[in-house]
Amino acid sequence: MQLSLQNLSKRFNGQLALESISLALEKVHTLVLIGPSGGGKSTLLRIIAGLEYPDSGDLAINGERVLFDEPNLLQHRRTIGTVFQAFNLFPHLTALQNITLPLEKVHNHSPQEAEQIARDLLTRFRLAQHADKRSAELSGGQRQRVAIARAVSIKPRLLLFDEPTSALDPEMTADILDLIKELREEGRDFVLVTHEMGFARQIAEHVAVLSDGRIIESGQVQQVFENPAQAATRQFLAKVLKY
Amino acid sequence: MQWSRLFVAPVPSNRTPLPLWIRALNFCIAGLLISLLFYLPFQRLAYHLRWDSVYKYREMFLLGWLTTISISVSALVLSTTIGLAAALAQRSSWLTLRYLSKIYVELVRGTPLLVQILIFFYVIADAFGVSNRYVVGVLTLSIFSGAYISEIIRAGIESIGQSQLESARAIGLTRSQTYRYVIFPQALRQTLPPLAGQFVSLIKDSSLLSIISISEFTWNAQTVNSRTFSTLESYIPLAAGYLILTLPISLWTRHLERKHRFET
Repeated sequence: MQLSLQNLSKRFNGQLALESISLALEKVHTLVLIGPSGGGKSTLLRIIAGLEYPDSGDLAINGERVLFDEPNLLQHRRTIGTVFQAFNLFPHLTALQNITLPLEKVHNHSPQEAEQIARDLLTRFRLAQHADKRSAELSGGQRQRVAIARAVSIKPRLLLFDEPTSALDPEMTADILDLIKELREEGRDFVLVTHEMGFARQIAEHVAVLSDGRIIESGQVQQVFENPAQAATRQFLAKVLKY
Repeated sequence: MQWSRLFVAPVPSNRTPLPLWIRALNFCIAGLLISLLFYLPFQRLAYHLRWDSVYKYREMFLLGWLTTISISVSALVLSTTIGLAAALAQRSSWLTLRYLSKIYVELVRGTPLLVQILIFFYVIADAFGVSNRYVVGVLTLSIFSGAYISEIIRAGIESIGQSQLESARAIGLTRSQTYRYVIFPQALRQTLPPLAGQFVSLIKDSSLLSIISISEFTWNAQTVNSRTFSTLESYIPLAAGYLILTLPISLWTRHLERKHRFET
């Protein structure tokens, strides 16, 4: 993917969440955003997802500029698959229906096509026997897998993950990370916000460290993790990798 | 044999439900205690119930009961429509509409139904020349109930977590699609129990329409009383008649509440 962020800024009620964020990536498949809490990672991800608009600045994905008005953002959101930390699914629908809803109503597939696509994905993610269960009957890991299936089913040009494993126990976390790794090996493009440093190191190509609304360091994964240029990055990594 | 097992059961109970005979036993004991409470005053008054004089008017009771049912059902349909409109108006982007709805709800909820009936019938209906009492009755009841229903519906809509609206946005649903596929299906399940409760209130409140001489159940019972002077024999069937209507609805509400419970 080609991702270009130019001077993105965002304020919430006077608080500066992002300050002049700029990043230019060519032919990068995986971008990972790391950094201390409150640094702006989620805000940046939400802007890329089309769920927030910046106060100023530009965003371009694969050469196309994203226009920040509601009709354009609606179209933009339909090309992006987003997976949040929790509460992705609609509780009154079954796992299958959660996936077929956007396929049918947003992407205009026929109900049969939508069901076929959904069942194939559920089978692939080892959820075939849970297709008719509601989210209250599924475990956290299973819910996240359904959420990922839903994000992938629409054949998005970009996948966004906002701390997908933060609410899961270590066993389920490993399951989800395996899944994300598989998607990576398929060649999909994604932006991942995570605290799983070991995982980030394994699958990402490029990493950006955000702190206090600014990108304090950005570069190739190996380089940033082994030889962080900034003291703040070094401190953050030391803290996170302590145990 | 532990005697407490017969009479004591903690609430809420996570274990298997109590055997039917224990529940029946305790229910009968409670029923007996309440009957005793009612029986003692009658003993003291040496009151002799005369059912035969009232039995002559059984058709009047039936007619009144049916009238109450038809008024309540009509008012339910109309008030749900009004309530839905008012709830959606309060979420609209048009400020005037929003304030219109808020003023309506506050005015109607802040004044007694009796006062509203009197004002509607003696002032407003008179001014507009509406002479049919039944129409005025149904309209007044609908406008009254509509305000309460709009609050119930609004609470149901707002109870849908922000995160779900986010999710809906993220997958590209438009605002109206979000209402149709995410908010309403869930809000409906949430609002059905309080809505059924409002229907019960509606049935009971319709008794106030007797004040403008609509010959519904209460008015008919009062008429029978004035002719036979058998007060208790007129009013006990009256109460029973309302219970026959409201009890099934209450039981159905509890059933609904138990059925539609899931994590949000």
